Amino acid sequence: MNVIKTENLTKVYNEGKGNEVRALKGVSLAVEKGEFTAIVGPSGSGKSTMLNIIGGLDKPNSGEVLVDKTDIIGMKENELINFRLQNIGFVFQAYNLIPVLNAKENVGFIMLLQHKSKEEIDNRVESLLKSVGLESQASKRPNEMSGGQQQRIAVARALASKPKFVLADEPTANLDSKSTSDLLDIMEQLNEKEGITFVFSTHDQRVIDRAHRIITLEDGKIINDTTKLS
Amino acid sequence: MKTLLMIAWRNVWRNKLRSSIVIASVVLGIWSGLFIMAMVSGMNDQRLSSFINTNLSHIQIHNAGFQENFDKKDTIIGSNTLLKEIDTMSHVTAYTKRLVLQGMASTAHGNYGVKIMGIFPDKEKNVTDISEKLVQGTYLYKLKRNPIIIGEKLANKLGVKVNSKVVLNFQDSNNNTVSTGFRVEGIFKTINSSFDEENVFVKYDDLAPLVSLSGKYHEIAILCDNITETETVENQIKTNNSVESWDQLSPELGYAQEAMSNFIYIFMGIILLALAFGIVNTMLMAVLERKREIGMLLSVGMDKRKVFTMIILETLFLAFIAALLGVLLSIWTIEYFGRNGINLSAVAKGLESLGMGARVFTKLPFAMYVDITLMTLSVALIAAIIPARRALKLNPAEAVKAI
Repeated sequence: MNVIKTENLTKVYNEGKGNEVRALKGVSLAVEKGEFTAIVGPSGSGKSTMLNIIGGLDKPNSGEVLVDKTDIIGMKENELINFRLQNIGFVFQAYNLIPVLNAKENVGFIMLLQHKSKEEIDNRVESLLKSVGLESQASKRPNEMSGGQQQRIAVARALASKPKFVLADEPTANLDSKSTSDLLDIMEQLNEKEGITFVFSTHDQRVIDRAHRIITLEDGKIINDTTKLS
Repeated sequence: MKTLLMIAWRNVWRNKLRSSIVIASVVLGIWSGLFIMAMVSGMNDQRLSSFINTNLSHIQIHNAGFQENFDKKDTIIGSNTLLKEIDTMSHVTAYTKRLVLQGMASTAHGNYGVKIMGIFPDKEKNVTDISEKLVQGTYLYKLKRNPIIIGEKLANKLGVKVNSKVVLNFQDSNNNTVSTGFRVEGIFKTINSSFDEENVFVKYDDLAPLVSLSGKYHEIAILCDNITETETVENQIKTNNSVESWDQLSPELGYAQEAMSNFIYIFMGIILLALAFGIVNTMLMAVLERKREIGMLLSVGMDKRKVFTMIILETLFLAFIAALLGVLLSIWTIEYFGRNGINLSAVAKGLESLGMGARVFTKLPFAMYVDITLMTLSVALIAAIIPARRALKLNPAEAVKAI
């Protein structure tokens, strides 16, 4: 079953101006539930634009984006915000945790926005912290944790809302080898054991090596789409 | 909402130094505004009390024509019946009767125009405080014949001391000129040097026969148990004479009180406007520094209304803490200087000419503190709108990557 499906996506920045940039030129792709996919390509190839449009953070000039068969392009802003909250998990390059909240509160924050009960939040946060191996760091604030630990908390936060898939934009760009390896182990385990769909944008070879499917973008077009044999 | 309150509260303290500086500036702004207002209010109050206690009292009754042309023949109509009525009124603490003449005080040193008050010393003592303001001599009970008490400033001008002779010139009820010698029994000094220069007090019993007005009075002065009861008592007095309250007798005092209240709000408004720019600047910095975080919040599904509310709450927390500290500091200092006073003897002469004392006792009505707190919060709320709107304009996709 397709969890993400795009049809002929085009995105033009500064349209009609002298500095017009065609970031996406008719990109179509489909991501099945449970995939562990990396979108790769050089800088300016359209990776981040692609991820932003799939994540409902940006709108294409033309084309269609279906998330679990729901068209998100035509949604109003508030609808889209709520859709993101309920359906999409985000992991950012710079972790982007809330500095004034501890690890536990950062993970549970999304569920508070979803108006979940305290008991449900506590149980899920505990389980997620355990699955990213940071249950002992629950009361620490981001500035008391390493970059790798912060990104693992960010992964737990992305999963807290039980999203249909997780979008990770360059998640390992700020991490050392050990932290990258630990993070990828955790994400791979979550993918294999719980069937969580991950879509990365990356040019980190360590991520590419672990991805099950690699979509290569260049100059706003998919030039290669390879699924590794398991 | 609970989550937003928690995050907003913690955000206030994530940059302690910056928040403390903003709070300190608002505290100082509120304190300086309120304290200056309390000083002015205290001075104004002192001036009002001085006018009421030394001369005006709360209510005065005259013949309707007397205040217009000071005709000696315009004495109070039916004064005995009126006084009996006043005797029965609640909220009346004391009253006294007076003869009031315009005249001239003369010695070898010069002649000065004065208002001659023929009083009943025992009754007058209960209404005005001249008897307590004597700096020399006694209060119209020692000398048997024609004693007079005069203000220090006039005494200096006339070159007289206690027991010196002063000649008063005035007209009797038939417009004949009367010239009579009085002996200075006491010299008073109030905080109003103009009053000291222009008023002299003699016994009614000495003055009335000289002007052929025995049993007649120009003025009845009434003191209420509280200034706020003035209107009640005024309305109870039914007479064909003219009944006037202190603010009708001396309108500038009433205007000063009213102007003072308005001035406080204008002054505080200006201070708060200046502080609003500081708040806008600080909160704008706070928003721009947290672009990535706000971008993340918008990306993961926090709706714009909540982000807006969060920024507003942060500003309100800052303003509330500052307003609370500012008002507490103000209450403490205003209370302290309200009890002990501020010594302004360096400018005593100027203050006395305006009817104010050299020691100022600060005073501010409690309602004013509440109003100022609400004004501060309102200004902060308005000031918060600019940074909060700025936060909403962030593009989440770009903001999450902001450096």
